[in-house]
Amino acid sequence: MSLAGLDITAPFHFGTVTQWFDSWLNSVMPHFWALTIEFILAGVLLLASYAVFALVMIYMERKICGFFQCRLGPDRVGKWGIFQVFADMLKILLKELVTINRADKMLFRLSIFFVILASLCTFAAIPFDKGLQAVDFNMGVFYLLAVSSLGVIGILTAGWASDSKYTMIGAMRSGAQLISYELSAGLALLSIVILSGTMQLSEIVEQQADLWFIFKGHVPAVIAFFIYVIAGHAETNRGPFDLPEAESELTAGYHTEYSGIKFGLFYVAEYVNLFIIAAIASTMFLGGWQPFHIPGWDAFNGIMDYIPPALWFTGKTLACVFLALWVRWSFPRLRIDQLLGLEWKILMPLALINIVLMSLVVLW
Amino acid sequence: MNHIKNVIVGFWRLLQGMYISMLNFLRPKVTERYPENRGKKIYFERFRGMLVMPHNAKNEHKCTACGICQMNCPNGTIKVVSKQEMNEDTGKPSRVLDVYYYDLGTCIYCALCTQTCPQKAIEWNNNFEHAVFERAALVKKLNKDGSRLEPKPAVPKPAATPAGAPAPAETADSAPTPLSATTV
Repeated sequence: MSLAGLDITAPFHFGTVTQWFDSWLNSVMPHFWALTIEFILAGVLLLASYAVFALVMIYMERKICGFFQCRLGPDRVGKWGIFQVFADMLKILLKELVTINRADKMLFRLSIFFVILASLCTFAAIPFDKGLQAVDFNMGVFYLLAVSSLGVIGILTAGWASDSKYTMIGAMRSGAQLISYELSAGLALLSIVILSGTMQLSEIVEQQADLWFIFKGHVPAVIAFFIYVIAGHAETNRGPFDLPEAESELTAGYHTEYSGIKFGLFYVAEYVNLFIIAAIASTMFLGGWQPFHIPGWDAFNGIMDYIPPALWFTGKTLACVFLALWVRWSFPRLRIDQLLGLEWKILMPLALINIVLMSLVVLW
Repeated sequence: MNHIKNVIVGFWRLLQGMYISMLNFLRPKVTERYPENRGKKIYFERFRGMLVMPHNAKNEHKCTACGICQMNCPNGTIKVVSKQEMNEDTGKPSRVLDVYYYDLGTCIYCALCTQTCPQKAIEWNNNFEHAVFERAALVKKLNKDGSRLEPKPAVPKPAATPAGAPAPAETADSAPTPLSATTV
């Protein structure tokens, strides 16, 4: 909460705007009210951007899936079908909410909020730009891992409370899958924590100013990136790992009995989780909002600085999302034993070895 | 060691799969943009959209109202109504087509009518937009108003006129050339 004014000479960052706004608020009203207004504004902005990113993700998913299947995807509502997602959103808001007779009413309603809160809390910690980050403290990576795994509770309770065999099996599979893959994802992030020596996300991004960690960390960083991407796809219940909602066996898995906007919230959370995984991958490995810099090439670095950091971040994240979609349409779905075998026999040992390798790289 | 080799080979196979799906991503898309390409798109020739009776520029059709199509139709889709009319050339009364009814609501598109028509007077077109608001509108009248039977091209009798003599020789000469042109 420093009182820096608007500095025009430095490259533009949203942080300068937020700092200027903070100092202005503090000058016109007591500190308590300034804080209250800032909290409310940050919350509203977060929720709004959450919804916007969900819409963008859904549109992107539908369009890219169409292209992978040699279709055009939605293209009737608006130019290139950009208003299709808004139409779908309105439709899902107007749908009937079916109540299940023998469902556990309280858990049935509560589980949605677990899922959506988990992804919203994770979303808040993503550094979109310098200073454009709602939750930033010295245990950022730990916070990310802890909060993102809360979603499993929501999925398990949703499956249990619906009182249906499809949802039950889907939830159990999902629980097994998410908890297993959380391990290798965490270990992959841990190797970056070893490299950077900090858990604070803004600090991790700052350290990548000269070179991104995926290049800086030699081989172990590349291995960690691949492990994280694979585990991240599994954590979002997507791609070849969409066992919890295997349509052919379980109709829709844990959210079979949900309808209307209740299903819509699960759907939105799933898509934002896809974005979050991509955003974490780009923050930890691809430099977050830092432009692409090569040490020594000053002219090149200067050109790269002209692209705004927020655009760098979005571009990298969307590239990671595209990778997820590409993987999704390339590979067949895994069986549950293959899924767990991949995690416990390949990814986990690899991630552990990778941590040792990374420690050796950091030592020398 | 074998385990590690399997992992590497499996990874390579996955990359190959991703390459294939990227090729699909970049391929031209096959989606039909229906209302925009309406009328521009030619579907395949044998597509049975709707039965029509072609008329030439002088509003003449080839149907002699023989009723073979009506007899062959398995479910009474076609109804040929004929009338007696005085033929001006011969001066005798002859049977000509009055109305040719075709009911889209019962047609099963078996094409027995077009196959058996001795005059090739009816054929299929590509039109598939059959939706109407009432069933009565599904019954189509295929012959146009005021149309008449196309007169048969007069077959030149041999040596009927002196001017007709070079004509067969001319066709005999010209006939092989397009044939050879297409085959060679």
